[in-house]
Amino acid sequence: MFADLSDRQWLWGAAGFYAVGLLLGTVSLLRGGRTSGAAIYGAILAGYLLQFIGLGLRGHATGGCPLGNRFEIFQFTAWSAITLYLVVGVTFRSSVLGYFTSCLGAALTVLSLSIPSWDAVRRTHIFGGNRWIELHAALAMFSYGVFGLLALASGLFLLRHFSLKSKHVGGWFSFLPSIMDLDHIEVRLLGAGVGILTAALAFGWVYWSRDTATVGHFKLAATVAVWLAYCCAFGLRIAGRLLARRFAWTCLALFAAALLSLQAVDESRHPGAAQASERGLP
Amino acid sequence: MTERCLFVIGASHHRAPLEVRERLALVSEEGLRADLAAVPGLREFAILNTCNRVEFYGVGADAEAAASVQAAYCARQRFSADEFERVRFRMTGRDAALHLFEVASGLDSQLLGENEIFGQVKEAYAAAQSFGSAGAVLNRVFQKAFQAAKHVRTHTGISSGRVSVANVAVELACNIFGSLAGARVLVLGTGEIGEGTARAFRSRGAADLAVAGRRIERAARVASGLGAETLPFDERDARLADYDIIVCSTSAPGAVLGASAIAAAMRRRPARPLLLIDMAVPRDVESAAADLQNVFLYNLDDLAGIAEQNRSAREAEVAHCRAMLAQRADGLWRQLQPHLCSADASAGTPGGDAAGQAASP
Repeated sequence: MFADLSDRQWLWGAAGFYAVGLLLGTVSLLRGGRTSGAAIYGAILAGYLLQFIGLGLRGHATGGCPLGNRFEIFQFTAWSAITLYLVVGVTFRSSVLGYFTSCLGAALTVLSLSIPSWDAVRRTHIFGGNRWIELHAALAMFSYGVFGLLALASGLFLLRHFSLKSKHVGGWFSFLPSIMDLDHIEVRLLGAGVGILTAALAFGWVYWSRDTATVGHFKLAATVAVWLAYCCAFGLRIAGRLLARRFAWTCLALFAAALLSLQAVDESRHPGAAQASERGLP
Repeated sequence: MTERCLFVIGASHHRAPLEVRERLALVSEEGLRADLAAVPGLREFAILNTCNRVEFYGVGADAEAAASVQAAYCARQRFSADEFERVRFRMTGRDAALHLFEVASGLDSQLLGENEIFGQVKEAYAAAQSFGSAGAVLNRVFQKAFQAAKHVRTHTGISSGRVSVANVAVELACNIFGSLAGARVLVLGTGEIGEGTARAFRSRGAADLAVAGRRIERAARVASGLGAETLPFDERDARLADYDIIVCSTSAPGAVLGASAIAAAMRRRPARPLLLIDMAVPRDVESAAADLQNVFLYNLDDLAGIAEQNRSAREAEVAHCRAMLAQRADGLWRQLQPHLCSADASAGTPGGDAAGQAASP
């Protein structure tokens, strides 16, 4: 029975589980109880596995990492963020982080699945058969997932900061992690994201340096700008020049900019992948 | 099987004022245990003895066992039977089980939802087990009470938030620093409130405490009692950057911590937040400090307001908790009823107890 399911059906299943995690957390919070970390973690894990299968099927059909259109980019970004949460979430035992991760997972997957035009056309052979450039793309997208989780942690930081400054610490706010814990999570995620994106750009640079015409100027500028901005933020944070609320707002703004830059990435063309094909994938 | 009756008899803060509870409290339970073991027809018993209650949970061969326990207790404690009669409550069967569920959950506590009672009930049960006075019925009732209490505390907000000013201050610190093990605490002022708050910080893991007071001898004495170091009061501004949490409770006529001094300290430690707990009246910290980045300033009204909010939030959970516990007590009672005497069966519904039962507080 499951063998007949298409990649999109698996991905809908994944979106459903992320939504279940979101629903469990919301109901629990509305009823005034602590969110069940184990239940949310279980829902996210189930969604993650289904998404892994869906993206695997898509990758198998296309013969590479599924990053051929905006739908796939959003799906891969969500999957990357969830991957990291499944590790980070256990470390920090933060059910609220799980709740917001399920929000992010559900939002990115449902949004991408709900707009058919994002998946109507996909470019084929976008990596020109080059495994290094495929690794570059996969790492870059993974770093975006890390930055997505960073944006979530930053959002939680701002909520916690607001609750403490406005002296509303009861009710829903009482489930938020501490300011220092969130700050530590932010710094670690930012460091990890910058590291992964740097590695991605290094692989891309090796390829690009051999033939500079392979990458559009707009994509190049957007990608380097995002990388530079995150590097600057990391450097300023380590130097103690960008802190607390300003640091959190910066991380949120940078993630919004990074998502917008995906447009440039999405529209870039590999010379051997200029042709777009109607999607006819299983 | 021989018929048995489950009961609870005792007195608590609901009907017994403090001066009566002082005389009710058992200094030692051992003598009474021996007395109760000799009560004819009393098959099982457990004693819950805290500052707010003295309660006897028992299983007797008949409904009169509770009266025998009361007589034995009054005799041992040299407490007037008539006076005890005025303040005591008695419940049987399902209501007795439900009462224990509510006690263990903190619903019957003076400080609603407090956690300490859970440990006290556990100790009472352990003592009964150790003495050999807990049998099949009490074992089941207490185990179910622990399960019910854990469930209620986990799934409702009955224990959420702190309801005393000192604990609210500690909770705020946890909201900022997470673990307090690495947080440095400075107490400015040597009054009772500051000392009490410092003790609350110590009990929650704060290892590095310092006390500064205008009277150095008094500060040294308080610091010694807390296991803290003493800081000269005049050095407070210069050393401000060394601390993460500052508790102010001096009786100074004006502010002892200015916003400019705090701003200067923050420039030396920009990445670490600073929590200022100002419990003094008049206030010790200039209110402009609240506008500084990474500085969180709470005065006495703020703390009292949060404590009141938490208290209200807990009270709002009571009906929900009682319903959950009643459901569990019904379930337990359905299991126990076939083995207990008919007097208990009549007490299965509220108000069905024998004469002498006080209204459930």
